Amino acid sequence: MTDRDQISEDELHAYVDGELPADRRVAVEDWLATHAEDAARVAAWRAQAELIRKHYGGIAGEAPPKRLQIERLTRGRRGMMAAAVAAVFVAFIAGGAAGWFARGAQVASSSDLDRFTADALEAYRLYVVEVRHPVEVPGDQRPHLVEWLSKRLGSPLRAPELDRMGLKLVGGRLLPGPTGPTAFFMYEGPSGERFTLYCGRTGDQQTALRYTTGNQNAAYYWVDQNLAYVLSGPAERDKLRDIAQAAYDQIDSRGSQRGG
Amino acid sequence: MSEFRQRIEAAIPALRRYARALTRDTETADDIVQDTLVRALRSEHLFHDGDVRAWLYTILTNLNRNRLRSLSRRPTLTPIKDNDAAMTGPDSGSRDIARALDDLAEDQRAALLLVVLEGLTYREVAEIQGVPIGTVMSRLARARMQIKAYLDGERPALRRVK
Repeated sequence: MTDRDQISEDELHAYVDGELPADRRVAVEDWLATHAEDAARVAAWRAQAELIRKHYGGIAGEAPPKRLQIERLTRGRRGMMAAAVAAVFVAFIAGGAAGWFARGAQVASSSDLDRFTADALEAYRLYVVEVRHPVEVPGDQRPHLVEWLSKRLGSPLRAPELDRMGLKLVGGRLLPGPTGPTAFFMYEGPSGERFTLYCGRTGDQQTALRYTTGNQNAAYYWVDQNLAYVLSGPAERDKLRDIAQAAYDQIDSRGSQRGG
Repeated sequence: MSEFRQRIEAAIPALRRYARALTRDTETADDIVQDTLVRALRSEHLFHDGDVRAWLYTILTNLNRNRLRSLSRRPTLTPIKDNDAAMTGPDSGSRDIARALDDLAEDQRAALLLVVLEGLTYREVAEIQGVPIGTVMSRLARARMQIKAYLDGERPALRRVK
């Protein structure tokens, strides 16, 4: 056997996976006939593959559950929304497949958007049902609340005034978030419906409002001055947008004055 | 049904198989498949030509990576593996391979499953993972080495924290 027939480990893998051209396949087979250690490795890799196929191969023969039927997923926009909502993690409007077309292979990578929104919706669901202790600091101590949370986040915050929308500040609390301490403000409408504003530091670029929907709840997300904001509430898109827009306008650094 | 949708539909059984092997959990796997399908269907107008199947695998692979990334921020409870009675059961070889896969780094597991279970070529896997073919091959090599060590009875190496 000449040096030309020296077989690399890469070629052994390619041999197992059927990636070699015929002439190299023969060369590998010759090599394996005289190199027991490599032959044993090849046999072990094949056995692994066999175990994997045996363990999981049958799944492709199962009938997919109803929720994965194309007709259900495409039954108009509503059906599509409902399907997206059913997923454990929220299907985000942004990102998605666009990256594949732009770049060819990679789906747009996960930004803070989905982490913040998922956490914000979780916090929303956790605290809006609280009757006795929805917040740590009540809304009548607004200046203290804003000052405290600003200090913990290391950024000047403001709790938007949403009285014009019929919402009063219930209060707020500090929460752990995707990037560190996170501020959480809760508002309440006349009939007890609650909305929350979740805010933490982010490296993401400034964005306009983005809508996302979860299980009966929905959220608007935006970024301003290295702070990500998620306004969450019941899934009534128009109402939520009006509230988010009002909060957005007050927080908008490019707009009017800033401060608590 | 459009041809595009038919091609998506035809891929569902394989996507479920891949997702199950990636996540080892039926519900989680079907959630990811569902999310993959929703995204793909929503992007129908963007899809002109190309390999729908590879594209679906790409979306699914990325969704799972994102899922693990967000999970990694939370403490997870891992079942104790060593004293599991099932390990000595008749199906132990099959269970062992699942555990061995579970101990792999995510990119290695995905590369191995795409090649071995889904029958994709190295080139397709490179496209899906967005890396050169050489990287796919080294992921495969490391995955196979680690699985072999696991099945040969060595203690699983401490998993590196990224």
